[in-house]
Amino acid sequence: MKSAHKKAVIGKVVIYAILILIAVVMVIPFLWMLSASIKSDREVFQMNPFVWIPENPKWSNYADIWTKIPFGRFVANTVYLTIVVTFLQLLTSSFAAYSFAKLHFRHRNTLFLAYIATIAMPWQVYMVPQFIMMRRMGLNDKLLAIICLQAFSAFGVFMMKQFYEGIPDDLCEAARIDGMSEYRIYAKIMLPLSKPALSTLTIFTFVATWNDYLGPLIYLKSQEKKTIQLGLKMFISQYSSDYGLIMAGSVLSLIPVLIVFLVLQKYFVEGVASTGLKG
Amino acid sequence: MQKINDMQKTDKINGLQEELTALIAAVRTETNAKKKRKLIEQIGQYNRRIDKLKSGRILSRETKRDLVAYSFIAPNFIGFCVFTLIPIIFAFALGFMKWDGSNPIEWAGIQNFTRLVDDTFFKAALKNTIIYCVGTVPLTMVASLALAIVLNQKVIGRGIFRTLSFFPYVASLVAITAVWKMLFHPSKGPVNSILYNTFHIPAEQLPQWFSGGLVMLSMILFSVWKYMGYYMVIYLAGLQGISYELYEAASLDGANTWEKFRYVTWPQLSSTTFFVVVMLTINCFKVYDIAIMLAGGGSGELTTSATVLVYYIYQKAFIDWDLGYSSAVAMVLFVMVLIVTIIQFAGQAKKERA
Repeated sequence: MKSAHKKAVIGKVVIYAILILIAVVMVIPFLWMLSASIKSDREVFQMNPFVWIPENPKWSNYADIWTKIPFGRFVANTVYLTIVVTFLQLLTSSFAAYSFAKLHFRHRNTLFLAYIATIAMPWQVYMVPQFIMMRRMGLNDKLLAIICLQAFSAFGVFMMKQFYEGIPDDLCEAARIDGMSEYRIYAKIMLPLSKPALSTLTIFTFVATWNDYLGPLIYLKSQEKKTIQLGLKMFISQYSSDYGLIMAGSVLSLIPVLIVFLVLQKYFVEGVASTGLKG
Repeated sequence: MQKINDMQKTDKINGLQEELTALIAAVRTETNAKKKRKLIEQIGQYNRRIDKLKSGRILSRETKRDLVAYSFIAPNFIGFCVFTLIPIIFAFALGFMKWDGSNPIEWAGIQNFTRLVDDTFFKAALKNTIIYCVGTVPLTMVASLALAIVLNQKVIGRGIFRTLSFFPYVASLVAITAVWKMLFHPSKGPVNSILYNTFHIPAEQLPQWFSGGLVMLSMILFSVWKYMGYYMVIYLAGLQGISYELYEAASLDGANTWEKFRYVTWPQLSSTTFFVVVMLTINCFKVYDIAIMLAGGGSGELTTSATVLVYYIYQKAFIDWDLGYSSAVAMVLFVMVLIVTIIQFAGQAKKERA
């Protein structure tokens, strides 16, 4: 009995040791980033002994980044893009998914097949013809191009449909008998029930749009159209030795994504599990 | 006038009704199953026409139902058609063309594809992509599974640990690779100073993490670190689907921790693992920004030691404006993804049959 107890204690110790190791590996780069963002360029690499908070924290790094490059412009562009894309993605995907999951109509399977056939198709395969088409439409160097590119994904429709199929049909049927129109059923019954799926899709879309690099790189050429990722990359190549400033910019670029993630994460595991993302 | 119209309508309905009765009689006597189905379909159509005439509505109930359904789909489908479906079709055609984006398009046949065979830069890109994939897929899978198993135990602060391990996934690549490049800076970075000060590795032998032979290794380690949290969530969902009774039964049989993993957890997770491996492989084929950020020079160009397929597509299209050739490279990427997808479908079909 005693040895069993001892074994359990050892097991616990091992697990916590692993956990602490994981936490260190996951978190150190972020802590280093925070620490470096308030250091001068000289202090950043002075590692002996490990000083996490310098004697004279250089908070001015956080002020300077806004004047060295048009950081405010980049932030505004990215916020605008991310909010519009996420909103459109959630609205149009859940709308279409409701129809595919709960309504019977002609050509349903054919239409859904078009989505399924492209879901595994990497964007990188058709980004070139897409760019040429958008250029013809006069969307080159316009923020609207990125919106068109990100807002209508097969993935969103597929994910929402999987989730809606888990909601019993009887619920819609009862509402129909009560004389509710399909639009009202969608708005009053389905949407409130789909919080986990909507949260998961929000995290995915928000993160993907906020962090996208290749899309903006291809489309957004002029300085005042650039997103935060392009701007930060530009800054890194121009001022490659201003380590403190680079880190301050990086910290600022992470904050919105982390906030969205922390707010919505409680639905996340549930959302991934229930939408069949695990196959 | 109204009366004549009404009379015409009644005549028409009666006519249709007669044809309908004849059809029903034909169905009764028809023996060929295929023809029978066709006739039944026709009966449905007649019924709907009569219904429409009788009620005097312009749209039948079915048409109305279809219109409502299409109105739900339209906003997404129109965008999806214009910005995804059409470019995809265009991409296949472009692979057989020669075009610089402004002059008239010329037909090239399979010339673009024969060029690929002798292109050393393309071969380097393909090789690096595959090396990256072979390194990243198993490592990420093992790491995320281990992480999920540990974080599925009842431990204090489990939620915090889960959140923390997801941070790298949501963090932007530009920002986080900037940190990595500083941490692993060849002369000043803390990793190399620890190697120098603690392990006394001579300065000239300190590893150059982001150039030469080590660059692929750095890319692999970085992507394991960045993406393991995401696949952990998928594994967690899989682990939570395993019935607790299986573990109890294993305990009664005297199984130890390792045996429980080997004979319960691992087989029960097989479909999750399969999914994770497929997703990982496809995502590895698409790698681009990690290579650019970690190994790219000031203007973002890559040498043969770190180039990847997507970078080559980008370079050929947007720097050299050789659009047909770029699409041919894209087709290679497409075929690679297609093969993995076919394997996945075959695997799923096999699972469903079993």
